[in-house]
This record gives sequence, C-alpha cells and structure tokens, in this order.
Amino acid sequence: MSITLTEAAADRVKQFLANRGKGEGLRLGVKTTGCSGMAYLLEFVDVIEEDDKVFESQGVKIIVDPKSLLYLDGTELDFAKEGLNEGFKFNNPNVKDTCGCGESFTV
Amino acid sequence: MALLQISEPGQSTRPHEHRLAVGIDLGTTNSLVATVRSGKADTLPDEQQRHLLPSVVRYQADQPPLVGEEARRAATEDPLNTISSVKRYMGRGLQDIKNLTNRHAYEFADTDSNVPRFHTAMGDVTPVEVSSEILKVLKQRAEKSLGGELAGVVITVPAYFDDAQRQATKDAAKLAGLNVFRLLNEPTAAAVAYGLDKSAEGIIAVYDLGGGTFDISILRLNKGVFEVLATAGDSALGGDDFDRAIATWIMQQAGINDDADHHQLRRLMHEACAAKEALTEAERTTLKIELEDGSVWQGELDRERMHQLIDPLIQKTLLPCRRALRDAGISADEVQAVVMVGGSTRVPRVREKVGEAFKQEPLVDINPDTVVAIGAAIQADVLAGNKPDDEMLLLDVIPLSLGLETMGGLVEKIIPRNTTIPVARAQDFTTFKDGQTAMTIHVLQGERELVSDCRSLGRFTLHGIPAMVAGAARIRVSFQVDADGLLSVTAREETTGVQSGIEVKPSYGLTDSEIETMLRDSIEHAEDDVAARKLLEQQVEADRVLEALAVALAQDRALLSEAERTQIERAASRLQVKRDGKDHLAIKAAIEELDKTASDFVARRMDSSIRKALAGHKVEEFAGEEK
Repeated sequence: MSITLTEAAADRVKQFLANRGKGEGLRLGVKTTGCSGMAYLLEFVDVIEEDDKVFESQGVKIIVDPKSLLYLDGTELDFAKEGLNEGFKFNNPNVKDTCGCGESFTV
Repeated sequence: MALLQISEPGQSTRPHEHRLAVGIDLGTTNSLVATVRSGKADTLPDEQQRHLLPSVVRYQADQPPLVGEEARRAATEDPLNTISSVKRYMGRGLQDIKNLTNRHAYEFADTDSNVPRFHTAMGDVTPVEVSSEILKVLKQRAEKSLGGELAGVVITVPAYFDDAQRQATKDAAKLAGLNVFRLLNEPTAAAVAYGLDKSAEGIIAVYDLGGGTFDISILRLNKGVFEVLATAGDSALGGDDFDRAIATWIMQQAGINDDADHHQLRRLMHEACAAKEALTEAERTTLKIELEDGSVWQGELDRERMHQLIDPLIQKTLLPCRRALRDAGISADEVQAVVMVGGSTRVPRVREKVGEAFKQEPLVDINPDTVVAIGAAIQADVLAGNKPDDEMLLLDVIPLSLGLETMGGLVEKIIPRNTTIPVARAQDFTTFKDGQTAMTIHVLQGERELVSDCRSLGRFTLHGIPAMVAGAARIRVSFQVDADGLLSVTAREETTGVQSGIEVKPSYGLTDSEIETMLRDSIEHAEDDVAARKLLEQQVEADRVLEALAVALAQDRALLSEAERTQIERAASRLQVKRDGKDHLAIKAAIEELDKTASDFVARRMDSSIRKALAGHKVEEFAGEEK
C-alpha cells in the first residue's frame, strides 16, 4: 500500500505547512458525497488518530484513515496549474468514473 | 479534474460548495485582489503575471470599457475619456469635487443631480460605475484563478471614508455582481496581515500613505483581537501630491504656464512620478519634458531638492499621527511597531520622518502595496467560514461622532467618536411645544457643538405624535451602526408606537479634507463651542419659559391682580431683553427671577386646575380608584 506526492506537490505542501506554522502533515481522504458518490478530502493535520495510516513521501507526512485508504491506494498527488487556476490533483488508479466537474468520483 | 486546496482540519467543503472568497484593495492608484489558498494568502496575478491593476478606466465609443495598464497607458493620449483616481470622487457631490483641486483633468456633465458624471466618449458615467468596472475585472480574474464563483468579498476602504463614500463603494460592488461580506478599514486590514504572520501583541500604529489617501490608525492587538483605538488621517493627501509638488516645480523650472493643456499636465505628472521613483535609489535624476513649441526642456532633480518639495507634505501626515496617539491615550514610546502601508512609504524620506516621529524603525517586511489586500483576503476567508472557529474578531471604530440637532441649533451627540462598531445607542427626547404632533430628526456627523459646524447626513420627520403638553411625549431615537460603518436612525413615540426612520444614504456633501478640518476645529474651538452651547441652552430655556408663560397668561389671566400681572410681564420683558444678548449667566438670572415672580401664579393655576378636575365628583370616586 502506498500514497505518494510529486515533487511539485511536496514543495507546495511544505510551503503551506511552513506558512501555517504548525501541523503534522497532510491528510488525504475520501468521503461519500457529491454527484458521483465520493469526493476527495485534503486537509492539514494537527492530530494523528490512532487508526490512521501514515506514509512519507518527499519528506512530507501523508496521513490517511483506513477506510479512505481502500479507495486511495496507489494515488499520486500532484500540483498543477490550469490557466490562472492552480491546485492539487489526485491521480488515483482506482477511479472508474468522475462526474463532469471532476470533484467526485466512483470506484 | 478539479484542482483542490488544502483545508483546515475538519473544514473540507462538499463538492460544488466551495466557499471562495477574496479580499479586494480598491485603491486610488492601483487595485489588487488576494485570496487564501491552502492556508496561505497571496495576491492574484493576471495572465501576464501582473498583480497590480491600475485603477484606470478608459471609455471609448461603441467598445467595452478598457481597464488597467492598457487604459493607464492611453491616459496621456486620451485624457478626457480615461478616468484615473476615481476613488477620490466616490460619494462626493459635484461641488465638493470642484473644490477638490483647482486644476481638473476631467469634464463633468451638467445634470440636475448632485452626483458627478464624467463626460466621456461612451456617454456620461458616475464614479460608482467607473469603480464597478475595476471591480468586474478583479472579479473575473479571481474566478478564473479559483475555478469557481465567489461566495463573497471583503473590500477595503480608508478608515476616514464617511457613510456616503462607504455606501458608494458598496454600490459599485453590487453593480459588479459581488457579494460584499464586509467593508474593512485599510489600516485594519494591514494589521490583520501582520498580526497573523507575526502573532504580535501590543500597540501598533499603521501608517498608510497611498496614492491619494493618508490614514493613521492606532491598534491594539491582544490575544488575536484587533481593537482600533483611534484613527485619523487626510482623505486628500498621498503620493499623487508628491508628484504634483514635483510637477509644479518642473513647470516653474521649464517655464510652463499654469494653463497648460491636459496632455501636457499628464506628461508632467508622469515625469514627476518617474523622478520620485528614481530618487528612491539614486541621489539625482535627469528630467526631460517636451514643450508645446516642440522644443525639449532638460533639467535635474536631486534628493535634497525633492525633500524640500515633499517635506511639507510629509509633515502634514505627522499631525494626524500625533492626534491619533492623543485620542488613543498612547504616547509614541508605547507604540511597539509601526506598520508601513502604501506605495508612497517606499520613499526613503517618508520612512525616515515616520521613524523620527515614532522613535523607531518602521516595519516594511510585507510588500506595502499588497499588505492591505492580503489582510482583506484573510478576513474574507474567515467570513466565508473557512476557519475552524472565529479566530479573529475585528473591532472598528466610528471616525466622527454621530448625533442629532436639538433646539437652538445644538448638536446632541448620540454615538461619540471612536466608539467600536457595530453599535446601537438610544436616547429619549421630548416635544418642545404644546400640542406638537411632529418632530424632525436631523442627523449630523462631527465634533463641534453647533449644527452649522457639523456635517448634515440626512433628516426625516416623525409624524403622528399625539397632541400633549410640551415635554410629555417620549420619543426614543435610536442610532445603529452596522459592521460596515453604515448608519440607520429610527425615532419612535413610546406611548403610541408610531415610528419613522432612515437608512443614512447621506447627502453627498463632504468637501475634501473636511473631516480633518472638522477635527482640528473642534480642538481649536473647544472653548468657543462651550460658550456658544451655554448661551444657546439658556436662550432655548428662556424661549420655553416665555412661551409657557404666554400660554398660561392667555388661559388664566383672571387669577392675577393687575399689579401682579404687571410685575410678571415686566420680569418677562427683562428676560426677553437678556435673551437677545450674549451673556448666558444674565439670561439664567433673568429666568430665575421670572420663575420667582411667577411662582404664586403657577401655584394658583395648579390649585385652580385641580379644583376644575374635581368639580362634580365625589371624594369616594377617587378613593375608589386607589384600590
């Protein structure tokens, strides 16, 4: 089981954590919501829960709860620019279909 | 695939429910938009990586308005259709604008309304419309950058903006299709930007010298709470004035006449601004101006000369600094940090002089051009609900006291200056005359004691007061100022519940630097004002007494002997004479004398009216009522 960051994503996460001044790392997750069933969650982590799985990629701690991990295994998190817009992008091999907007997906 | 941002723990939004929010610094010279992404506040650039949007709009026939750098560049060729520094015109009346400066770059359309309209090739446009064009461009940029519609914005305004100017700014936002969470004072926004990054505690002075406005704010930062202790400033002083001073000097040197055309004036301002910026680094710079006859004038400006030109202007900023300190009850030694905001604080001479005034090196860590937008973005992020709990409570203050007119042209202050907002205050008033059924509430802003020395914000009339004797009606007047500093006033007659009120959409009537002058006057004229108030109060009292006496004499003349009546009438005419004089103590004495002379008469009237009331009733009836 693994979850990784691209170099660009890791750079940004480090920057944002430094700017925030606190935090253990980055939480990746999924929640059942949205138009196609599931949606990604991306949050700073102050407290690592007991059953959380912790990965490390490019010097950044990635924290995932066990349920989400089922849907996220093998995911690579990237940071991308599209025109003026910029942000994080999930490259998730488990995804079968996304909604038109790309904010939610099914596995 | 949507691009995601990192949220605070537990604050992830559902898909399509992002609470996108931005802060906008709608500046006189340049405007900026900033947002918080993944917890970090940044200004947003356009496609060419330009963060600053020049606050310039060019109107051409049959074309959409051009905004920003392209418009600014056209300013020299097409001055009349290219509106810059529109912020100076927001919420102003036409007459104020004509008084603003003696030289004017624009033509104004003749209209019946007092709202000025720039006469352009695309038609006549109001300052609100021009501002909304700038906001539209920033909105578009933000929505492209964030990949969605904005939930809301925080727009910053100078601390000194009055209600009319704040309302005009809100109107411009509405016209641009923006939902305004909050208007935020610029210095407060700057403190937000620094407060979060440095988590400082203590007293902070924010010195904001932009292109067209100057603000000084004294803030107290304590456990994440920003309290504005005092604000002062000058809404018509900024880097533009440095340029103007330098341009005027160039005109003298080059022998250019005062009646030079628009093109020439624009070129001069350009050259002056370039020289000022060059002297930030260099000790001297060369000047080159093409004259109307086609020849070229060349000259040189060194730092020392520039200091001579701009020192009086810098000095003008230090006066409000001292006043704000005094208002806050703080000495310069107690100020822990001085935050520099606004592009004009890049001028080394400004930093030097401010450092001397506050006896410390001012802070210049955050880019002074973007610090306000950054603070606004942080505040917008909180207001959009993207923070775990309300980490930041912002307290702003009312820059000038709010009150209403009472008899004799006096101002009764309801909400004193520097009261933190939002705030609601009420006060009871009563009728002055017997049978009075209406009352006009005249809302005023200012520090002076007399109506004629304060600014009129608006008036309304409360009708339907039941006819009662003077002084019997109870009218509760409530002043409410919301978080944006906008005022609503209501008046309610308590026995009947009739109510009336206004949202203050003030008559656009404030001349430039009026607030500044008003404040200074209130200090200089404090003694005169107190004297004037005492005199007027006694005069009003004298009028009331004389009026009541006239009514009483008309009704109950029969209760007096001829001698008594003459005595009372004599005392009344003595009072009338004193009342028209200037000595408030003499009036007071005359009132007391009349009171004494008429006291028997008053007692007799009371007895007589009780007798009348009792006539035809048995004692038991009254006793019964007591049970």
